[in-house]
Amino acid sequence: MNDKIISKQALLMQLGKILPDTQLLHEQEDLKPYECDALSAYHALPVAVVIPDSIEQVKAILAICYAGNTPVVARGAGTGLSGGALPVENGLLLSLAKFNKIQSIDADNFTAVVQPGVRNLAISEAADEFGLYYAPDPSSQIACSIGGNVAENAGGVHCLKYGLTVHNIVKLKVLTIEGDELTIGCDAFDSPGYDLLALMTGSEGMLAIITEITVKLLPLPAVAKVMLASFDDIAVAGQAVSDVIAEGIIPAGLELMDNAAIKAADDFVHAGYPHDAAAILLCEIDGSTEEVDDQLQRAEQILIKSGATKIQIAKDQAQRAQFWAGRKAAFPAVGRLSPDYYCMDGTIPRHQIANVLQRITDLSKEYKQTVVNVFHAGDGNLHPLILFDANNEGELERTEELGGKILDYCVEVGGTITGEHGVGIEKINQMCGQFNSNEITQFHAIKTAFDQKQLLNPGKNIPTLQRCAEFGAMHVHHGELPHPELERF
Amino acid sequence: MNNDLSNDLRQQVENSFEKKTPLCISTGGSKTFYGNQVDGETISTTTHTGIIEYQPSELVITVRSGTLLSELEAELKANKQMLAFEPPQHSKDTTIGGVIACGLSGPRRVACGSARDFVLGTTIINGKAEKLRFGGQVMKNVAGYDASRLMVGAQGTLGVLLDISLKVLPISEAEVTLQFHTELRTAMKHIQQWLKQGLPISASRYSHNSLTLRLSSTPSAVSSASHTINALFDTEEIDNSFWLNIKNQNHAFFSNESLAENQSLWRCSHQPNTKFYGDVSNQLIEWNGALRWIKSDKALYDEAEKYNGHATRYPLHQTANQKSLTSDLFQPLSPALMKIHQRLKQSFDPENILNPGRLYSKI
Repeated sequence: MNDKIISKQALLMQLGKILPDTQLLHEQEDLKPYECDALSAYHALPVAVVIPDSIEQVKAILAICYAGNTPVVARGAGTGLSGGALPVENGLLLSLAKFNKIQSIDADNFTAVVQPGVRNLAISEAADEFGLYYAPDPSSQIACSIGGNVAENAGGVHCLKYGLTVHNIVKLKVLTIEGDELTIGCDAFDSPGYDLLALMTGSEGMLAIITEITVKLLPLPAVAKVMLASFDDIAVAGQAVSDVIAEGIIPAGLELMDNAAIKAADDFVHAGYPHDAAAILLCEIDGSTEEVDDQLQRAEQILIKSGATKIQIAKDQAQRAQFWAGRKAAFPAVGRLSPDYYCMDGTIPRHQIANVLQRITDLSKEYKQTVVNVFHAGDGNLHPLILFDANNEGELERTEELGGKILDYCVEVGGTITGEHGVGIEKINQMCGQFNSNEITQFHAIKTAFDQKQLLNPGKNIPTLQRCAEFGAMHVHHGELPHPELERF
Repeated sequence: MNNDLSNDLRQQVENSFEKKTPLCISTGGSKTFYGNQVDGETISTTTHTGIIEYQPSELVITVRSGTLLSELEAELKANKQMLAFEPPQHSKDTTIGGVIACGLSGPRRVACGSARDFVLGTTIINGKAEKLRFGGQVMKNVAGYDASRLMVGAQGTLGVLLDISLKVLPISEAEVTLQFHTELRTAMKHIQQWLKQGLPISASRYSHNSLTLRLSSTPSAVSSASHTINALFDTEEIDNSFWLNIKNQNHAFFSNESLAENQSLWRCSHQPNTKFYGDVSNQLIEWNGALRWIKSDKALYDEAEKYNGHATRYPLHQTANQKSLTSDLFQPLSPALMKIHQRLKQSFDPENILNPGRLYSKI
């Protein structure tokens, strides 16, 4: 296999033959906007940014990259929080922004065929006239692209009932780096062969380039009602989450905010939250009128029994929107408290919520850094926000260390380092704690099955064993070195 | 009694890996028909049993692969929960490992999702005799590639399943089954309309001019939905146990006697609103039109592909005659897809010792 990397000049010349100047950026000032995604702590300039508008152009770009051994990083809207779309310095950045068309909506089969650059919310907006919507709703849904959602297996506040991206797509068209066009999945409810649709979802652009997505649409629920429950102890609120679910109710959304988040959000958008509560739960039930009335009544009884000090049911759509506005504005609201914040994404078994919150409080004291908690309690997906000031020397590093310890603890109690934001570059070291070297080797073998030359988004998602060995030297867990079989560097 | 045979199973795979001899993975044996015959030394997971962890409030159960489906479902039922993909239990010996390896889902799939949708994590032994854990026990987990769902339907060709963590759901408070006579297209048109109206349809079956629907939700929601349907059709309420025969595929429709000479049973999977083909008077249609059981004396791969779906020959009661058909059961894959399948197989099982040829003769 030829593995010689072609020069920048030769690469630009070849790309110039297939792309007009407006779709091929290589001057430093043009590259700057693409140097990072929403994880701005990491940035790098690619050799060039290509912005194709046809599948033929994408094919030609991939052929050039394959022949010249040029790494290529795909990018949707660049709203990812884990650095998945961080450019590679000697590679191309492939923007799929021009693939922004909703190709068809099939209201009879409840599906839509969309290009990867279509915004998440745009799908629901287009489906609305048919009484349908696309369920996964990451908080960035007004801006994030569906291609990026598939690459990261994005979630949102409604995952407990409606699942992640992987549960809401049925078919993909992809291009491999070798130039094969694959149809993955099927219009039907299942497909023959291996479940490549699951494998592709959340693969962070490392297996193939997505060119078309068929998403599943759902009928808009007739009614959605939200209830705001206040608690004077966050641990009691955490237990209440389990109590609701144990009683057989699956809320459409079940969100928890701690006192710092309540105050920050309420000061910002005046959501009507109780400032004196230690924690609040937002519990939304959707479905038919009868179902919602039945379940809301039961949920209220359970929450009172579980120790809620006050319950408010939004009396109309305006109040419902107001209650949600606080939750949806929580991140920017916290952003007003501090120059920078670092958002974590660990997921834990629900019965560990109180325990993990206590550990976060202890770590927060130890590191003398404020941590604000806003999270998808229903599915145990935590988003601790660590406040810091990047201008203070060493504070980012200390924050990352604190964040790393929170994630390590999530794994220790049976959880995972990332529930919905992806590994990208951000959590690559924590992967070494969650997976052993055989598992990591198997991941690399999966990658190689699709991309033998390791050209698609290299260096993300799956750490090298060397990296784990080096990282392991810093993190000794229960007195045991991770990956003891490896040499130390 | 030690129910954890992980080490023994791993040792057996290691021996085969060293000798480069194939293994035939045996579970309950109730789905032997669902794939090609494998010639190899038997590796059995049937005594690798037991529930490892189950906290009902977590909606997650972790179970060893040899556990009987009947035992697992009984335990869940005792806690008012269920496997919402309603997998078929082809015999009393059906194990959860076999269910996941084959990836089959039953009537409720149409409302709740398929087997793979409920898999949160798996522990496997790959073809290099390495014990690997993918996914986890939490609802949301995007660390690394989703190798756990990759095991669903792979029929053991990528790894021997040791344990599986599954999402479970509460059993609905109320459930009603309604049956009425109607013409096929009318039935499908109404189902579509009712779904848009939010009626809690959790299963549908159409055959012989008769539509059977199951409604599952809270009592008042089921009652309201029943009223909506009763206002349009002359329905009869029948026992919910009707669905057991559909789920377990022992309804008279599936019997061997119902097949004419030279006919095979075919499982055709489509978008719900796809044109019906073949003799619909002799078909059983589930999943709101998406799953069609067809008795045919010719292969249906081309027909299924023409309508953007796929077909599987489904020799539920394999006879000697049908066994002589040696081609793969499943819809042929495109050459480019087959290439990826072969490479993935190679990545998990470089010596090609795990159920070789079971799914497709080339992998």
